[in-house]
Amino acid sequence: MKKVPIARILASLFFIGLLATPAILRWRSSSQAASAKSTLDRRSALARHGFYLEDVTHAAGIDFVHQAPTLDTKLAPIMPEVASMGASVSIVDFDRDGWPDIYVTNSAEGSKNRLYRNMHDGTFKDVAGEVGIADVNQPGTGVSMGAVWGDYDNDGYEDLFLIKWGRPELFHNDHGKGFTRVSEQAGLPNWINANTAVWFDYDGDGLLDLFVGGYYPEDVDLWHLKSTRMMPDSFEYAKNGGRKYLFHNLGGGKFEEVSAKLGIDSRRWALASSAADLHGTGHPDLFVANDYGVSELFRNDGKRFHEVGEQAGVGFAPKSGMSVSFGDIFNQGKYAVYVSNISEDGALIQGNNLWVPKEGTEGNATQYENLARDMGVELGGWSFGSQFGDLNNDGTLDLYVTNGYVSLDRKRSYWYDFTKIAGGNSAIIGDAKDWPAMDGRSLSGYQQKHVWLNDGAGKFVDVAQSIGVTDTYDGRAIAFADLWNTGALDVVEANQRGPLLVYKNTVSSENQWIEFELEGTKSNRSAIGAQVTVSWNNKTQIQQVSGGGGFSAQNDRRLHFGLGRSAHIRSATVHWPSGKIQTLVDLAPGKLYKVEEPK
Amino acid sequence: MSQPTVAQPAPSSNASQKKRWLSLDNRFIPPLFITIILLVGHFSFGILESAQRTLLAIATSILAELILGRIFFRQWPHLASAYITGISVGILVRSPAFWPYALCSLLAITSKYVLRVKGRHIWNPSNFGICAMLFLAADSVATLSIQWGNNLWAMLVIWLLGSAIIWRLRRFHICAVYVLSFCALSLVRSWITGDPWLSEVSPITGPEYQLFIFFMITDPKTTVKSKLGQCVVAFCIAAAEMFFRLDQSIYAPLYALFCVGPIALLIEMWRNSRRPAANSTTLLNAGVTPSKLA
Repeated sequence: MKKVPIARILASLFFIGLLATPAILRWRSSSQAASAKSTLDRRSALARHGFYLEDVTHAAGIDFVHQAPTLDTKLAPIMPEVASMGASVSIVDFDRDGWPDIYVTNSAEGSKNRLYRNMHDGTFKDVAGEVGIADVNQPGTGVSMGAVWGDYDNDGYEDLFLIKWGRPELFHNDHGKGFTRVSEQAGLPNWINANTAVWFDYDGDGLLDLFVGGYYPEDVDLWHLKSTRMMPDSFEYAKNGGRKYLFHNLGGGKFEEVSAKLGIDSRRWALASSAADLHGTGHPDLFVANDYGVSELFRNDGKRFHEVGEQAGVGFAPKSGMSVSFGDIFNQGKYAVYVSNISEDGALIQGNNLWVPKEGTEGNATQYENLARDMGVELGGWSFGSQFGDLNNDGTLDLYVTNGYVSLDRKRSYWYDFTKIAGGNSAIIGDAKDWPAMDGRSLSGYQQKHVWLNDGAGKFVDVAQSIGVTDTYDGRAIAFADLWNTGALDVVEANQRGPLLVYKNTVSSENQWIEFELEGTKSNRSAIGAQVTVSWNNKTQIQQVSGGGGFSAQNDRRLHFGLGRSAHIRSATVHWPSGKIQTLVDLAPGKLYKVEEPK
Repeated sequence: MSQPTVAQPAPSSNASQKKRWLSLDNRFIPPLFITIILLVGHFSFGILESAQRTLLAIATSILAELILGRIFFRQWPHLASAYITGISVGILVRSPAFWPYALCSLLAITSKYVLRVKGRHIWNPSNFGICAMLFLAADSVATLSIQWGNNLWAMLVIWLLGSAIIWRLRRFHICAVYVLSFCALSLVRSWITGDPWLSEVSPITGPEYQLFIFFMITDPKTTVKSKLGQCVVAFCIAAAEMFFRLDQSIYAPLYALFCVGPIALLIEMWRNSRRPAANSTTLLNAGVTPSKLA
């Protein structure tokens, strides 16, 4: 008889312990994180993390502030949410002077894009108007959402594809002196509502092809809506988005649209895409992160594409894909894929995905597992752009993630109304007029960015605050480049309705580096898709030249490898898109090597 | 979401035995139904990001029930309730981590044994567990009604199948009153907030509400006994939910049940205590024999 009261007392104590568990866990994790969340102290940041970032935007002569579009008045109640993209950044050495330049897009009707020429003295000068790629958001033609650069005609100068909600544009680079609009000659469609595009040579013919992923359907003119039924028909299973385009480069400045013929047939809401040889077959595969649904992985067998997302493990659980980045995070010669999603305390915990190839799987049977939580890169707020790069030159790739959706009234949140409609049936969620008005409220606004340092032992640690990344703008695109040829990766961040930020990187001199600038001969001249594998000390790391990645972004084509201390470089092997393999020896750290594909 | 956790009192006649058989069958229907929802949802839409997490929730729930049931009642409990609790936690809780699934199940099951008044647990276990997690671990846990798409046909099938099963269990009136109240009150909310009515009625078209309506508010163990009382309580839950919604609470239905359910039970107990003759009946209806309360 006495057992029950004792049991009840014990059970009650156990119950109280259970109730206290979340608080204890939170206290433990916050005390662990406290050390990393201090303010910037340069000396201490250099000593502890090997680098720090300094906002030099103003000193660099950059004063760009992104402007959002104003769409059809029928969307006015939810305008901040619908018009929430368009800030992008891409790095290009458009004039081949050996110094990376910066191109940023603007999105208000009539606003101007900017091309910041690197003046070699720490400053930049906007020359977009001068060279003819500024005034590209004229009313009636749509507005810019992003830009990717690739030398489609192999003349040695990077050409510009402008991603728009509107008329897509291709600009030919006239030897760095100016740009000529060649959209009609190229055979581009009149209107695409796209947020992503990537240059890649899918068939290895030496000519860059172009993938463009539609977001809103292409028959929707967001400034003149025929119907408000243009929203996604589901928060996680939407298939009523824009179509996909694969433009095969025929040469002579002409392209042929071949997506359906080659197996790319999807109407998911693509937000980000990137290409890499994920299966080790020598053919670049295409990874597409979709909003309102699963990611898609299009395996390239050299002749056509096969959607293998579900089979590979990356395309089963639907989330809100915003960004795609590749990185050899374990220095094992294989790419992990980072896809950013949404996490908001108390509302929606999707978690970002870090897809890592499973042990024992390779080639066409490669499968992925999500290690984001295990490695500490899962919760990034309403995440957008992400990039891998060795920020402290310690020999392992770090991860930079920007975030924040709509920052308006700090005290009032739209999350309740957002979840109310997001859970509804397609008949409701698909119609913009059913969405409650935002009324100046924020939706995951004012978020702190994440700079996750790879410790080389399977964990990433967020050091953003302590290395100087303290902004809370609505981040969209991130691009890395060694802007001042110092051997360190600098960061450029494009913010929606916010300033373009340039973070100059100062790295501990003890850590060494090496960089490669590739130029194809038989392969496309931009060398997009070329992979460099550097072996040093007992490490090996692979990187590739990318034709676009992250969210609405493109890193510099030059590849940057951190090497850590006392680096002895054994070799570097270049796998060219043409299939040629070139081995480089006698390499020294601290240098940029210009490598031309053997003829 | 719970089922009777201890053995029913032994019936005395053949007819009662037959009835007992039927009632036992009924006890297996909700677990079967929720399992079908889970399997169909997962294999058609992939509603579970991780089957391991759901299995963890189920296993934790069952293990806790076995241990606590054995300690408190000195016999092995029926596991249908724990199974439903575990599977509900597995579906409704969304977290990238594993621990919230185990903790939520433990909280749900333990609450049945700790938070008791006159031998009855007064909170629906999974409702308690999930609400506790949302209160205490909002940085790690969410529930959102977007798990298995917004396909109209899938929704209709679940509504029809659920209604048929609930009808058989003689609890359809609870669902009907709640749904009608929700829809009517959504008009009131729309009038107050100025938001489109469809946005106010939108949540009930999502899958979270299907689970909420068929498994939580109809839970025989944590609802009042009279039919009229059940209807009144269902309306009160919808009314409380309206106030939570006007306060922009994302988890309004869960919080409404969390508040209204125990109050309704306490009122019923208080009223029954004023009618001594009814006491034994109440306890039997609750599936608890007097000896087990000792």
